[in-house]
Amino acid sequence: MAVVFKKTSMLTDVPLHYCPGCTHGIIHRLVAESIEELGAADKAIGVAPVGCAVFAYNYFNCDMQEAAHGRAPAVATGIKRVNRDCVVFTYQGDGDLASIGTAEIVHAAARGENITVIFVNNGIYGMTGGQMAPTTLPGQVTTTSPYGRDTSHCGYPIGISELLSTLKAPSFIERVSVHDVKNVVNAKRAIKEAFRRQIDGKGFSLVEVLSTCPTNWGMNPLDALKWLEANMIPYYPLGNYKDRDKEAASK
Amino acid sequence: MAKKLYKGNEAVAEAAIQAGCRYFFGYPITPQNEIPEYMARRMPKVGGTFLQAESEVAAINMVYGAGGSGARVMTSSSSPGVSLKQEGISYIAGAEVPCVIVNMVRGGPGLGSIQPAQSDYFQATKGGGHGDYHLVVYAPGGIQEAVDLTMKAFDTADLYRMPVMILGDGMIGQMMEPAEIPEDYQPIVTDKSWATTGGGRRVINSLYIQPDELERVNLRLQKKYALIKEKETMYDEYLTEDAELIFAAYGTTARICQSAINMLRADGVKAGLIRPITLWPFPDAPFAAAAARDGVKKFLTVEMSCGQMIEDVKLSVGGRKEVAFYGRTGGMIPMPRDVYHYALSVMR
Amino acid sequence: MAKLTFASEICKGCGLCVNACPKKLLELDKSRINKKGYNPVHITDQAACVACAACARMCPDCVITVER
Repeated sequence: MAVVFKKTSMLTDVPLHYCPGCTHGIIHRLVAESIEELGAADKAIGVAPVGCAVFAYNYFNCDMQEAAHGRAPAVATGIKRVNRDCVVFTYQGDGDLASIGTAEIVHAAARGENITVIFVNNGIYGMTGGQMAPTTLPGQVTTTSPYGRDTSHCGYPIGISELLSTLKAPSFIERVSVHDVKNVVNAKRAIKEAFRRQIDGKGFSLVEVLSTCPTNWGMNPLDALKWLEANMIPYYPLGNYKDRDKEAASK
Repeated sequence: MAKKLYKGNEAVAEAAIQAGCRYFFGYPITPQNEIPEYMARRMPKVGGTFLQAESEVAAINMVYGAGGSGARVMTSSSSPGVSLKQEGISYIAGAEVPCVIVNMVRGGPGLGSIQPAQSDYFQATKGGGHGDYHLVVYAPGGIQEAVDLTMKAFDTADLYRMPVMILGDGMIGQMMEPAEIPEDYQPIVTDKSWATTGGGRRVINSLYIQPDELERVNLRLQKKYALIKEKETMYDEYLTEDAELIFAAYGTTARICQSAINMLRADGVKAGLIRPITLWPFPDAPFAAAAARDGVKKFLTVEMSCGQMIEDVKLSVGGRKEVAFYGRTGGMIPMPRDVYHYALSVMR
Repeated sequence: MAKLTFASEICKGCGLCVNACPKKLLELDKSRINKKGYNPVHITDQAACVACAACARMCPDCVITVER
């Protein structure tokens, strides 16, 4: 019999600590598969964030560094400047990247730092117990927006892909989702392309992946997928936000 | 090799390069700007990397990444900027990543002033960031010593896998003196198989979620710190043998105290100086030994602060003798004559 | 002929694979509880499986290996 699907060797055998149905696990797999398929397994170095993915260094089967909250793009910058032939990536949640780490992500992108950023957006702080994130939707209830996010009080969610796509340097910025098989396959394509840009020396690439948090959204895993599709995608439209290869081709 | 006239900041930068530093991440702040400026000119010429970070926070985290990848790496800043770096320094200490951090101290608290000060002693020697950790802290008293200690700092960092700080001040950074920077320096070679260079399964990390595991890590760090205290403590003594008054001062103020001591000696007052060169580990042995001598009447700590190192001096003296204090603060620099007069009043 | 193999001990019973199967061949096995305390997934009709691997692609925990 031929193997149609099996777990990639770029993930370790350590069982994931994520809650049942949390789509972090899918995204981990897509990142790991992409690295393996691009032949970069022996030169990958990852940077784990602070947040639910803090233990990512236990799961990716490569050299890893664990960064302070929000600082992963700066740590990755230091790693990449030393290891120019390596494939360096950060894996960051929305609290990490879009709140405390806004300076680091904006400037890594502005420098065109030749790294790949996997940005997992589930609109909430998972690890700390479901507090409001910079990406929490208007009206969304969290433990620190118990009456729903009041935009007159704390403003509107940040669209990271939109924001970073205004910069000149980034090579590739795309927003994808993992709420069904078709979108998972598409997310894989985007993540692989992001890594390919780095390998080709094209500079900064980022894939924003809409993800679920069944536990802190207070839903079962299937309802969380439906909620993502119905509520997050309208606010965070999927698609490519920046592609310098295409920009160059159309000139 | 002949001596050349160097500005302190530039001497520190060139010394780092001669010690094999090829990565520098910094951010502008007075009075240390000549360090990143020098690195910006010099690094490309030696095949190194200078990168101006978006903040001191980013700079220290770039240092973490580069140091974790096994490179000799440095950052520099001055007091408010070093406050911003404390988060990263704590992570670097926890993850046992070697690097060198320069603090050309200016007056504080807050935005303070841009003039020389020694008011970051607590921050440098008592942790600064969170957790049970230490930095080795070198306090140069002149430009040649700043060169020598900067080069040594890279070896110490590699040898013990830890962050090492050069604690200067605006005076050390800005003044010019002749110094010799060796170009044939042989850096110590240490095993860096722990570094993330790709192709391995190494983890640079300071997170230990199981408390018993973190306790083991902390106790291991403490053993390392005890070894450093035993092996790396540095100090200098000046005319202490027959001294009745022992000054305690480091860096810029130690030089001022030496002038004051010469004035006192000319008046027949037997004064001497113990000058800590490592502020951590603090050289408590010479202070304890002096405190035990019958001839020693008093100690006088002189700092450009409201009194920080004096706490370590008092701990070392152990209540056996009186420890007086003279300090200027806010960027004010004590004159030898001021110190001389204060010393006379102490001995009266 | 397709074959699904389950790493049942790491299954968290989230049901994403059950939902993803186009032929509705998967279910959580209410008669079993794994070491983690979950009802692990199993296949109800192996012969009907077409090895599309939709289940495996949606599984957050890499529980499922698909062969054909």
